[in-house]
Order: sequence, then structure tokens, then C-alpha cells
Amino acid sequence: MAPKQKTPIAEQDPKERCHNFKEVCLGYTLEEGIAEAKRCLQCKTAPCVKGCPVSIDIPGFIKAVAEGDMPKAAEIMGQYTNLPAVCGRVCPQESQCEGVCTLGKVPGFEPVAIGKLERLVADWKYEHTSDAKPQLPGEKKGRVAVIGSGPAGLTVAGDLAKKGYEVVIYEALHAAGGVLMYGIPEFRLPKSIVQKEIQAMKDLGVQVETNVVVGKTLTMQEILAQFDAAYIAVGAGTPHFQGVPGTTLNGVYSASEYLTRINLMHAYEFPGYDTPTKRSKRVVVVGGGNVAMDAARSAKRLGAEEVQVVYRRSLKELPARIEEYHHAVEEGIVFNWLTNPVEYMNDGNGQLCGVKCIRMELGEPDASGRRRPVAVEGSEFVIEADTAIEAIGQGSNKVLLSTFPELNLNKWGYIVADEKTGATSVPGVYAGGDIVTGAATVILAMGAGKDAAVAMDEYITKKRASA
Amino acid sequence: MFAIVSKRRIAPKEYDIWVEAPRIASHAAPGQFVVVKPDEHGERIPLTIADFDREKGQIRLIFQVVGKTTATMAALKEGQALQDISGPLGTPSEVENFGTVLMVGGGVGIAALFPILKDLKKKGNRVITILGGRTADLVIMKDECAQWSDELIITTDDGSEGMKGVVTDAMRAVVQRGEKVDRCWAIGPSIMMKFASQAAVELGIPVWVSLNPIMIDGTGMCGCCRVTVDNQIRFACVDGPEFDGAKVNWGEFMNRLRQYRDEEKISYDKYAEEVGDLSWL
Ligand SMILES: Cc1cc2nc3c(=O)[nH]c(=O)nc-3n(C[C@H](O)[C@H](O)[C@H](O)COP(=O)(O)OP(=O)(O)OC[C@H]3O[C@@H](n4cnc5c(N)ncnc54)[C@H](O)[C@@H]3O)c2cc1C
Ligand SMILES: Cc1cc2nc3c(=O)[nH]c(=O)nc-3n(C[C@H](O)[C@H](O)[C@H](O)COP(=O)(O)OP(=O)(O)OC[C@H]3O[C@@H](n4cnc5c(N)ncnc54)[C@H](O)[C@@H]3O)c2cc1C
Ligand code: SF4
Ligand code: SF4
Ligand code: FES
Repeated sequence: MAPKQKTPIAEQDPKERCHNFKEVCLGYTLEEGIAEAKRCLQCKTAPCVKGCPVSIDIPGFIKAVAEGDMPKAAEIMGQYTNLPAVCGRVCPQESQCEGVCTLGKVPGFEPVAIGKLERLVADWKYEHTSDAKPQLPGEKKGRVAVIGSGPAGLTVAGDLAKKGYEVVIYEALHAAGGVLMYGIPEFRLPKSIVQKEIQAMKDLGVQVETNVVVGKTLTMQEILAQFDAAYIAVGAGTPHFQGVPGTTLNGVYSASEYLTRINLMHAYEFPGYDTPTKRSKRVVVVGGGNVAMDAARSAKRLGAEEVQVVYRRSLKELPARIEEYHHAVEEGIVFNWLTNPVEYMNDGNGQLCGVKCIRMELGEPDASGRRRPVAVEGSEFVIEADTAIEAIGQGSNKVLLSTFPELNLNKWGYIVADEKTGATSVPGVYAGGDIVTGAATVILAMGAGKDAAVAMDEYITKKRASA
Repeated sequence: MFAIVSKRRIAPKEYDIWVEAPRIASHAAPGQFVVVKPDEHGERIPLTIADFDREKGQIRLIFQVVGKTTATMAALKEGQALQDISGPLGTPSEVENFGTVLMVGGGVGIAALFPILKDLKKKGNRVITILGGRTADLVIMKDECAQWSDELIITTDDGSEGMKGVVTDAMRAVVQRGEKVDRCWAIGPSIMMKFASQAAVELGIPVWVSLNPIMIDGTGMCGCCRVTVDNQIRFACVDGPEFDGAKVNWGEFMNRLRQYRDEEKISYDKYAEEVGDLSWL
């Protein structure tokens, strides 16, 4: 019988890592990976595969690892995902593949560490691939424009390039990668890995044009005149604010700003890089998702003495990945459950000096099925703070959408697209990722990109045949 | 890469450059800006598109050296390039034939005023322009503004050119002599925009200002550029940069501009130490 626990994995010591931005999890060695792979029961029904949004042949690649055949493992994985090194690191495995793993259902047993094995295979592949460029079909089947270079855009681009299309990605920022570059911090997802995955995409012939804000630098109309089809994957990038008094004080940030300064602009290396962020002493982070965890842990790494998370529900409802919550606790982040900010307090000079909060209790379930938090009257208290970071969610960005009124949007301002194909209300225009679903996950964005690539290939092939 | 095709020093610490940027030039409109990141380790800074030439595929940027990024840009020579420029960003100015317009500019804000003024003139408005500065040398683009204005009034604090006084004095004088003004734009240092807006309100003229908060992406993604206008939070990079000057919360706006003063100084001092002589600026 397999060992009960997952094979232990090396991590940077919490005391050390909360002062640097190096990756927290160091990954399996080959030996450890083989040991872990041998825990897999090779289930005939493979529930894990159904738990994975892109249906990776999990028992297949794990078997190859168990046999020490890494090239085969990489080959199997490559059929399903263009970004394995990313997914292995940031997928919420506990609620997907690992959440339904048969081994994990046995009382007292942990599931197979599928994500960590995926990471091992992906990292092995980057260390061992030759410089030989992949063979690409010579004759092009058509031209496709992809707008946005996050996981959805990269996936659709990679898949269509493999199918023989000429693909151009247009990205608004100066660097490609979307949230993988500007949102998720270095200590969870090293940027060199994102860049390697993007390089792999370029090796497939995908062109990446940065500094192109579609709707401004180029219009959708111009793009549609030049390409057979277009894929919109602009993400859900507009930060929400709760709008409590004091939101515009100095010292109050959206998590998007805080993390963009640190990740995209390298503020943690200031003044070696020119963009600063505040070196805070006492920080309050509002929210309970991955974004909140990332902001809190980044603040700690920038030297904050105390970082407190304020979340209006309880641990049970916390939307963040459980692994990241544990890492945050190890790093000394303090959690205030059932608490909500009601005011950012002014020190008299326009600078934040404290966050006034109120205690909450859980009432009746709301539309999402979660019990709705209600304020406990008279329970206000103040947390002293020089920095507050709101991580309460993002909405759709209107820069492109407002210039392309032909596109149908839903009542939340997201693009209405077919669930299976990504087709929108405009023929030849497809969409996917967060701009369709609202803020979700990397793997769901990738899944949308994969499905759309199939549908777009069919659409263009048909269109060209009838022309 | 975006090559610098020409460069001129137009006043102490003020530079006027034309840059190769065909896609931006072909879509630019008055009132819009770009975000420039000069090099690998650089900051992303917003600069107004002071002019554009669609045929040549070039845009014009006029900037004042106030810190590290603008100093780095001033050190670049013709033929060298800026690494990243994105744009045209922001909502274009609303330009139509209003009748008589009063265009008030100060400091490097004159660069932002110029394309709007030029377009207003082309659309048939009677354009009265007031340019102000501490002293004559600091009032830039006088000839160009004169060319596209029906009347140009210059004010200097020290009386070295034109009327001695500040731009609001000239605004009042124009109205007092019986001019019926239909609209006003005031673009310059925040303190000037604040007082020009107050004067316009007193004189009963609708007034537009162009806000220059600290920005990062310029596409509505970070919320760093938020300003309060009419008691609502707006993102200047997408909802602006132009807003109704009568409704801007000026105290808060100026406070937010100070956020990184300490860090900006560290950055500039480090740069000055590395390059040595900066007297040529
Ligand atoms: C801090 C943070 C942590 C997260 N952690 C996790 C995690 O641990 N696990 C997980 O699975 N998910 C996580 N997520 C969510 C995940 O990152 C997103 O769901 C995913 O990136 C969405 O992918 P996308 O391709 O739809 O869009 P994005 O990644 O948002 O990319 C969109 C891209 O489009 C560009 N763009 C926007 N407008 C335009 C335009 N007009 N023209 C050109 N380009 C444009 C943007 O600049 C951006 O680069 C996290 C998100 C954040 C913010
Ligand atoms: C929409 C918009 C259009 C602009 N157009 C122009 C233009 O055409 N020409 C021009 O010279 N400047 C313009 N600015 C201002 C310009 O972006 C700043 O001067 C620049 O970011 C300074 O960068 P730095 O690294 O050189 O200085 P920093 O080291 O960043 O700052 C040095 C000093 O400048 C102040 N400062 C910082 N950022 C800004 C800012 N955004 N606005 C005003 N002061 C600031 C600081 O408080 C500090 O005192 C514009 C700003 C915006 C938002
Ligand atoms: S992509 Fe995500 S869900 Fe699928 S196997 Fe990998 S870690 Fe699991
Ligand atoms: S469910 Fe778990 S044990 Fe079964 S094949 Fe998948 S990974 Fe292996
Ligand atoms: S500059 Fe980031 S939202 Fe305006």
C-alpha cells in the first residue's frame, strides 16, 4: 500500500523567506518525484482527469514519472497544456484534480501530489529540451489576432500556431503574460518561468506585440479587416474599491496597484528599478482570495512589522488556495475573521493612520449559497496602519469593450460567449478567460483558450473553403 | 523601440521631442496622452501628446525634467530610442464650435493645452489664449500658440513679459472688457488649475482641466490614478484626464501627487550621483 502522506517537498524556511522574493516551494527532486508518482493507484476510472479543467492524462504522465521516463511524461503533458510549469504551481489542485483523487478518499490518506508532479515534469523539460525549434506546418491556414497575453490568450495562440495558423498577440502592457506577470508574485511563480513559457510560444511562430492597447492603438475594426478571426482575452483587470470613506488617502491601495508595482515594475528591487512602493510598517489587507494573500505576503517581504488580513467571512469560506493560506500563517500574517473595514482614517495630513473595522456575523445564505455576513452593531474597533490594501475583486475593463459596441455583454459587463466554443455575438470574434467568466483561475482561462482554438480552426477552415 | 527623430531644449529643463510611433500617431486626438517607459529598469510615466503627424507617423512630447525618468529622457540623443510607449490613452477632448474659448496654460501644461487649442481654432472658434509663467523664459510655445489663437496674452509673475500678474488676473480682464466666453480650458500646475477653475466659476464659464495624477498602466487596471470629481471616484487615465474643473477635489488631488516624494528623491539623488554633472539640464 502507498504511504499515507504526500512525499514531503522542500520549502524555503518561513523565517528566511518572509524577507525575500525567491520561490517558496523548491520542488521535488527526481527521486522524490518517482516516489510520489508510485503512490498513484492508476485508477481505471481516473476521477482526477475529470477534475482537471483541461483533462490532462494524469495517470498516464504519472506512470511515466514512476518509471523514470521523463521525456514521455513531458510528451504526454504537452498534448494537453501549453503552460504546465505555471499550472503545476498555481492551480487550486485541492478543489480540482487532487480534490477527487481516489487515494485521497481513503480515510487517513492524502491525495497524490499531482500539481507538484506536473511542476517537476515541466521544470525537467525546460532543463532538458534541445534548442531545436519545433517543426511547424509550412503552409499557413489563416491569420488570427489574439488580444491579451494572459493564460487564455497564450493558450489559444499556442494551439492555433500548432494547427498551422499565423498568430499575432497584441498586449497593452510592455510585458506579455497578463496576471502571471503583473499579479502573481515572484515567490509563487518566478517570472523567468513565465518568460520561458512565452518563449516556447514564440518558438511556435507566435508573434507578440507589446504596447498595443486594442481599442486605442489599434481598433477592433482594423484588426478584423486584417485577420480571419480574433480572440479577445483581456482579463478582468479593473480593481473594485469598497468605497468607504478615506479610500483616496495616501497609503490606501488597490491590490492591483500594489502588486503591479512590485511584480511588473520590480518595486521590490527599488532603487535598482525606478518604480517605488511604500515600505510600510503596519499593513491591513482587505479580502480573502489569492490576491489578498499575495498582497499580504508581499507586504511582509517588503519589511512590514505587522500584516493583518481582514476578511468578512470565516476560514471555512476563504476563497484563497489552502496552501497559500498556510504559507501566509507560517510567515506570520495575522487573520481577522468576520471583520470588515468601515473607514480609512486620516492622520490629519492626508495619510492613512488606521483602519476602522466592524465585526460581522454570518446570517442567511445568499445567492452564492454562502452565508451572508452582517455587521454587528456597535462592534467597531481600530487597527493602527500606515498602509491598507483592498483586494475585494476586479471587474471588466472597458477600454476595448467601449470601442466595440457590436459585442454583446452581460449585466456585469462581461462578454457573452458560447460556453463550448467561445463564439461571441460577432462572427469571427471569440472570447474567453476572465473577461467572459469574471475573475476565475489560470486553468479555466487556459481551458477556454483550448476550446476556442478548436472552434476557431473549424470556423476559418469553413470560411476559407466557401470563399 | 521608438526612435527619437528630433530633440530641442526649449527652456531650462524643458525638452521638445518628436518620436517615431506610427500606430499612435494614426489614432491620436487632442487631449490624449501616452505612457513612456524609457528603458528596462525605468518607470512608466504619462506624457501628453503635444502634437502628432499622421503622415510621418510621429508624435511630439514636451516634458519638464522633474525627476529621474524625465532626466533620463533628456539625456537621450536624436537617433536613440525610448523602449516602450503605449497610447494614445485617455478620452479625447470634446472639441466643436463653441463660439469664443479661453485657453489658459501654465508651465509645461502649455504642451497639453496646445493640441486642443489648435483643434478648436481649426473648428472655427474664436480662441483667446493666456499663457503664464514665473518669468518670460519659462513661458513655452508662444509662437505656436499665437499662430493658432486670435489673441495671445502673456502673464509673468515678475513682469518680464506681457502683463505682470497671474493667469487669473488676465482671465478676469478678458471678461471685464466685455468678452462673452463660452468655454475655458485651464492646464498647468495643479495650484494654477485650481485657482483658474475658481475664477472660471466666478465668471460663469464652464471649465475643463487636465489632471496629471501618478499613473502606472494608464488603462484602468491599477486604480493608482483615482481622483474625486463630483464626489465620485474616477480613474483619470480612462475617465479623464479631462474633468470639469469646478467639481475636482483639489486638496485630495494635490495630496496624492505627494505620495512618493521621498522615494522620488532617493531615485533622483542616486541618478545624479551616477551621472555626475547635471548642470546642462
Ligand atoms: C494577484 C492574483 C493572484 C492570483 N492567483 C491565482 C492562483 O494562485 N491560481 C489561479 O488559478 N488563478 C489565480 N489568479 C487568477 C488568474 O490569474 C486569472 O484568472 C487569469 O490570469 C485570467 O487569465 P486571462 O487570460 O483571462 O487574463 P489576464 O491574465 O488578466 O490577462 C489579460 C491581458 O490582457 C491585456 N489587455 C487588457 N486590455 C487590453 C487591450 N485593450 N488590448 C491589449 N491587451 C489588453 C492585459 O494587459 C493582460 O495582460 C490570480 C489573480 C491575481 C490578480
Ligand atoms: C495625463 C498626464 C499627462 C502629463 N503630461 C505631461 C507633459 O506633457 N509634460 C510633462 O512634463 N509632464 C507631464 N505629466 C507629468 C509627468 O508624468 C511627470 O512629471 C513624470 O511622471 C515625472 O517623472 P520623473 O520620474 O521624472 O519624476 P518623479 O521622480 O516621479 O517626480 C518628481 C517630482 O514630480 C512630481 N510628480 C510625479 N509624478 C507626477 C505627475 N504624474 N504629475 C505631476 N507631477 C508629478 C513629484 O511629486 C515630484 O515632486 C503628465 C502627467 C499625466 C498624468
Ligand atoms: S492543470 Fe491543474 S487541475 Fe489539471 S492536473 Fe494540473 S494541477 Fe491539476
Ligand atoms: S485518482 Fe489519484 S490515484 Fe487515481 S489515477 Fe488519479 S492521481 Fe492516481
Ligand atoms: S493608471 Fe492605472 S488605473 Fe489609471
